[in-house]
Amino acid sequence: MTNQQERPLLIRGGHVIDPAANTDAKMDVLLRDGRVAEIAPSGTIVAKYAEVFDATGLTVAPGLIDIHVHLRQPGQEYKETIATGTAAAAAGGFTSVCCMPNTVPVNDNPEINAWIQAPERGAIVNVFPIAAATVGSMGVRLTDFAALKNSGAVGFTDDGKPILHDDIMRASFQAATKLGVPVIQHAEDTRLTGGCSMNLGPTSFRLGLRGMSIEAESGIVERDIRLARETGGHLHVAHLSTKKALDTVRRAKQDGVHVTCEVTPHHFTLIDEYVGEYDTNFKMNPPLRGTADRDAMLEGLLEGSIDAVATDHAPHALHEKQQEFDRAPMGITGLETALAITLQVLHHHRKVPLKQIIELLSSNPAKLVGLKGRGTLSPGAHADVTIFDPNKKWKFETQDSRSKSKNTPFDGWDFTGAVTATIVSGKVVYHRDRANR
Amino acid sequence: MRSSKSKQRGRKQKPAPSIPTGSLLAIESFSPEEISSLLKQSAAMQSQLEKSPASRRQLTNTLAGRRVALLFYEASTRTRVSFEFAAKNLGAVTTVVHAAASSIEKGESLVDTGYTIEATGAEAIVMRHPSSGAAQLMAHYLKVPVINAGDGMHEHPTQALLDAYTMLRHKKSLRGLRVLIVGDIFHSRVARSNAQLLSKMGAHVTLCGPNELLPELAATLAPGIELQRDIDAALKTADVIMMLRVQKERLSGLNLNIEDYIRDYQLTQDRMRNAKPDAIVMHPGPMIRGMEITAEVADGPQSVIVEQVANGVPVRMAVLARALGARK
Repeated sequence: MTNQQERPLLIRGGHVIDPAANTDAKMDVLLRDGRVAEIAPSGTIVAKYAEVFDATGLTVAPGLIDIHVHLRQPGQEYKETIATGTAAAAAGGFTSVCCMPNTVPVNDNPEINAWIQAPERGAIVNVFPIAAATVGSMGVRLTDFAALKNSGAVGFTDDGKPILHDDIMRASFQAATKLGVPVIQHAEDTRLTGGCSMNLGPTSFRLGLRGMSIEAESGIVERDIRLARETGGHLHVAHLSTKKALDTVRRAKQDGVHVTCEVTPHHFTLIDEYVGEYDTNFKMNPPLRGTADRDAMLEGLLEGSIDAVATDHAPHALHEKQQEFDRAPMGITGLETALAITLQVLHHHRKVPLKQIIELLSSNPAKLVGLKGRGTLSPGAHADVTIFDPNKKWKFETQDSRSKSKNTPFDGWDFTGAVTATIVSGKVVYHRDRANR
Repeated sequence: MRSSKSKQRGRKQKPAPSIPTGSLLAIESFSPEEISSLLKQSAAMQSQLEKSPASRRQLTNTLAGRRVALLFYEASTRTRVSFEFAAKNLGAVTTVVHAAASSIEKGESLVDTGYTIEATGAEAIVMRHPSSGAAQLMAHYLKVPVINAGDGMHEHPTQALLDAYTMLRHKKSLRGLRVLIVGDIFHSRVARSNAQLLSKMGAHVTLCGPNELLPELAATLAPGIELQRDIDAALKTADVIMMLRVQKERLSGLNLNIEDYIRDYQLTQDRMRNAKPDAIVMHPGPMIRGMEITAEVADGPQSVIVEQVANGVPVRMAVLARALGARK
């Protein structure tokens, strides 16, 4: 994505927040040849031939990174493609996304891995695949971790099909540790969740739906932590949703186990009651939990025991969601609302400083999956920048979504905090005012 | 909403927020006044049915020529037959659609099946479906009223109405009545609808069963619900004893020992000696004699089980008249 022929871009007058460089001041940023060329106090950079981006009154951050998305390609292009998914990512302020391997076929070999990253896919933001840990994500035989890493994989997971067998999980840790990459687990004991379509609680009982217990999540997290401790591997817990699992992660961190975790915007914003009368746009896995768990997610973000916010963007076609609740697929889209929800809930309501928000959405995710030169605006870093207005009021309407699918519970929500522009390798790939709405 | 697929980007794709007038989806969303009014209507239907052949004939004018579709995705005897007779008693034309003998088998979605039935001229749809919330889904997309004849483990509202109606034929009021519901509460849409209705009408509801079939969460179903594990203790104060079938087909994964269940929860003549002499015994059916209830109790003097089935007809007449009458 380099663009040597492009004019340099000078982002002028914005408030730069780069947690990795400890910058939080009015600065100008010069982007040249796909890299950050210079960052200096506002008005001090001389760049005669540069195109100027006036960022007065706006926040300038290292490009946001979503380490958990489903782009559905290859195989389920009717839900999403790499082109439409990355367009949605750009509109949401994400300059990099990590795509999950549960495509059709599963991304379990270097050919598919390379195919996903090929320029012909039309990605407009950086795409870093997370490859399958086992062949076909069947949980039986490990994939070739080294070959997959060499072809661009930044982590390993059988997302959606949790690795239940201890030996396979142990072997995954051992293989990943040699390569310095994380094993990412969707923590769900599927032996306990057959036929379940939401959280176990008063709402599931009232609606006559089978519910997933908290223990189905926390039990796997406990087991994985034990194996991470034993192998010295890096466990990353995907989309954490329960207080019990978070407490386990917190204790393990204090004990020095290499464990990290992410939470989705919906799990720190919504609760299971919102399923209401079987609204399938509130059906996802892990399910929305009760108030105590939702509040624990907020606390975890505030105190820093949760490392990242990730969307688990999971597009599904209308005809799939327009079904009986127990038959409809799990998952919601999230790329275009993640920053707005995070700003609204954490910054505006809970007074979390913007620096911490950017850590959760950019610098921490970059570190988690080892994206060198990203998640920061230091000179020499990739010229991936997200410019946003934390106070801009707007309404999210699915009809404007760039995603091919519209399965979101946030249709019609009012937000304070909006993306102004998304810059990837020095090139503006999204600008709110030029957006074709 | 049905046209949302054909319209261009820019239309809201969410189901319409309102459901068709006259629908009966769940007791939970019904007010005590609506329940009372339906029970009164049911009594009126019954007296007109029984008064004279002429008054019975006159009833057929109520919905003369109106078209009612009965859509059954799940097996049913009493509910289907009584809905069909109820509709015919009111002069309506009925058609029964079984999932196994229709386009549903070819993979047609629930909503498309609904559009199809509506397009052929059905003015009301009575439906039973194995998925909780199926009637709600249908009602969101259709213009004609939808009557829920049982959706998964969720609700079976007309059963709760006919149960309440039956209770009122033997007891003077639902308010203050002590109703004991025994058995597989977790899997039971009948229990959910009954608990909702009885709680709204001021009855005392006690749910009884082993933990596997009656989790503590059941107490959150409606205000004032009590749980009791000991059937013999619970029997002593009950005015109404409602036995439920153990739904063997839904038990996968549960550790339930059938012999233990029979020992601890079967309603026997022996146990009935603990009960009040004027307590009535009910069962929504289908009943498995020798499992949750013995034949002696099912056929005994306190049993009103057969009467329950009979009462299904006037109650469903009232529900259909409400559904179709409201559209005029």
